[in-house]
Amino acid sequence: MINGLNPALILICGSLLAPLLPRGIVRNVFMLALPIGGLIQFVGLPEGQSAEIVLFNLTLVTLRIDPLSFIFAVVFLIAALIAVIYAWHLRDDLQQTAGLFYPGAALGVVLAGDLVTLFICWELAAVSSVFLIWARRTERAYRAGLRYLVVQVGSGVLLLAGVIVHLRVTGSITFEHLELDSPGALLIFLAFGIKAAFPLLHNWLQDAYPEATITGTVVLSAFTTKMAIYALARGFAGTEILITIGTVMAMFPIFYAVIENDLRRVLAYSMNNQLGFMVVGIGIGTPLALDGAAAHAFADILFKALLFMSMGAVLLRTGTVNGSELGGLYKSMPLTTGLCMVGAASISAFPLFSAFATKSLILAAAADEGHWVAFLFLLFASAGVFHHAGIKIPYFAFFAHDRGIRCQEAPKNMLIAMSIAAALCIGIGVFPQAFYTILPYPVVFHPYTTSHIINQLQLLTWSALAFSVLVRTGIYPPELRLINLDFDWTYRKLLPTVSIRVWSMLDRAWENLCSAVECGVGGFMDALLRHHGPHGKLAATWPTGSMVLWAVVLLGACLVFYYV
Amino acid sequence: MTSSTSPANRPDKKYWLDDPGNVDKIFYGLALICIGLFLTDLFYHKHAYFAFEDWFGFFAWYGFLCCVALVLLAKQMRKLVKRNEDYYGD
Repeated sequence: MINGLNPALILICGSLLAPLLPRGIVRNVFMLALPIGGLIQFVGLPEGQSAEIVLFNLTLVTLRIDPLSFIFAVVFLIAALIAVIYAWHLRDDLQQTAGLFYPGAALGVVLAGDLVTLFICWELAAVSSVFLIWARRTERAYRAGLRYLVVQVGSGVLLLAGVIVHLRVTGSITFEHLELDSPGALLIFLAFGIKAAFPLLHNWLQDAYPEATITGTVVLSAFTTKMAIYALARGFAGTEILITIGTVMAMFPIFYAVIENDLRRVLAYSMNNQLGFMVVGIGIGTPLALDGAAAHAFADILFKALLFMSMGAVLLRTGTVNGSELGGLYKSMPLTTGLCMVGAASISAFPLFSAFATKSLILAAAADEGHWVAFLFLLFASAGVFHHAGIKIPYFAFFAHDRGIRCQEAPKNMLIAMSIAAALCIGIGVFPQAFYTILPYPVVFHPYTTSHIINQLQLLTWSALAFSVLVRTGIYPPELRLINLDFDWTYRKLLPTVSIRVWSMLDRAWENLCSAVECGVGGFMDALLRHHGPHGKLAATWPTGSMVLWAVVLLGACLVFYYV
Repeated sequence: MTSSTSPANRPDKKYWLDDPGNVDKIFYGLALICIGLFLTDLFYHKHAYFAFEDWFGFFAWYGFLCCVALVLLAKQMRKLVKRNEDYYGD
């Protein structure tokens, strides 16, 4: 352990050195050592440790370790480690560098004690992460990456504007609790909201994540949204509007998830839904609720990574993750199927799996505070998430109709990475009290009560029954090779169409103006030519004659005016 | 697509789930578990936060109805939002 060394720097600097090493085992071992070294370094740092830099009269706190940053930093380092193992087979400088630089920047966000450091890491994470999309090296991924980058940098610009206003008014850049009505706070809130995928600001997530590379999507799924959840928990805990925002977030994506064909996009909608639970927890703002948000973020990173990893393995082996083209893969990929089902059980909050111990903290906090409407919607969303992520993903990929696809099992490195994530998902579910010790606030909560176990099992089994009945009766919508319009339609279709129309209208108006001017000037020139040109009548007289003529005309006019 | 010649990957190999009768068994097994869990409400005391949680089998029928409503509404929504894959031209 090196006193005061920020573990984010280990990942960032190490990722830049990695491409200098020979590809293969040497580089892979080096990359594996980075998150492990980061984790050892981080755990060795004492709580309350901080590091400061003075820059332009501003004191930047680049390292702040407290209970809230601790839990996020630990899970970020674990996720980075799992991602390195999952990407062991890769021989791609770009992905390998971005795959560690980006987690390092996200770690920097979580450990930042002031708003300027937060902004710098926020932007570094935005810019470095886009390479995980572009690394797919297709035109489609390039365009998706550009859209992603515009939104992400937009969030950074809003954050910067908010920080400047906040600094001007309060004279402080310390990143602590902010009131929404304080100057600059609304801009900061919006910046966080974009990355947390608030409703109507959410579509970058479903647009970009499924377009990234196989390993890129796994890395992306862990960091950006969770660092926004951390930032909201730090800055806006107890902001009541977040309860409404979170409830809407938990609800609307599940409808899209039911009809979406691309299974990685289904997971992106599912992620949006899970973020909704965390946002509700932050909005409630009690210690139990904030613990719930942090715990669920921790669990979500692991089970969502596990689900994305299993779909990545399917994509690697079959070349597709469209539900309409998959089915029966349990015969070729039994281990991946089993690991995917652990992820599915975890996200669905089955007893003995992670979300059972984490999501229930948020629901209990909502109930404690009497938010019965939010409670009912979150229960709906819980049934919904089991329906689309717990059943639909494994069912359409690995079971359903056997399409005759016969392929190899996932590579060993992928299986190891998935197994680590699965073991952690089960570990949290089986030993919740041990997990609760790393939560930000001391909590006394017992998830394994008779009432909770039976109620949850009732909710889940009857949801499964509904799915089975709907599939067997043919009511369940089939997986079709279609896309679904979402809010990105406004900037991918509406805005370009409107701007093209407005542009062509302006173009036409300009043309008309030009032709009118040309016509007027042309007429004047013609008249001039007619009267004064080589054959004009006025050109036939001497200039003195013309002058006499005009003198007579002017005198005549004077006479007329004088007379009038 | 990667192909393999391992015995487990033979296309003609029959699996337990390939038999529709076994899929039926799973379905009826699930239905039995559901009924059993529904009736469990008779035998324990609920630690309810809200009055509606005390309604008999609340979590069971609420979960069932939510999922049916979810699918039916999503089907209607699909009619409005579905487009061809090349809609955005990429």
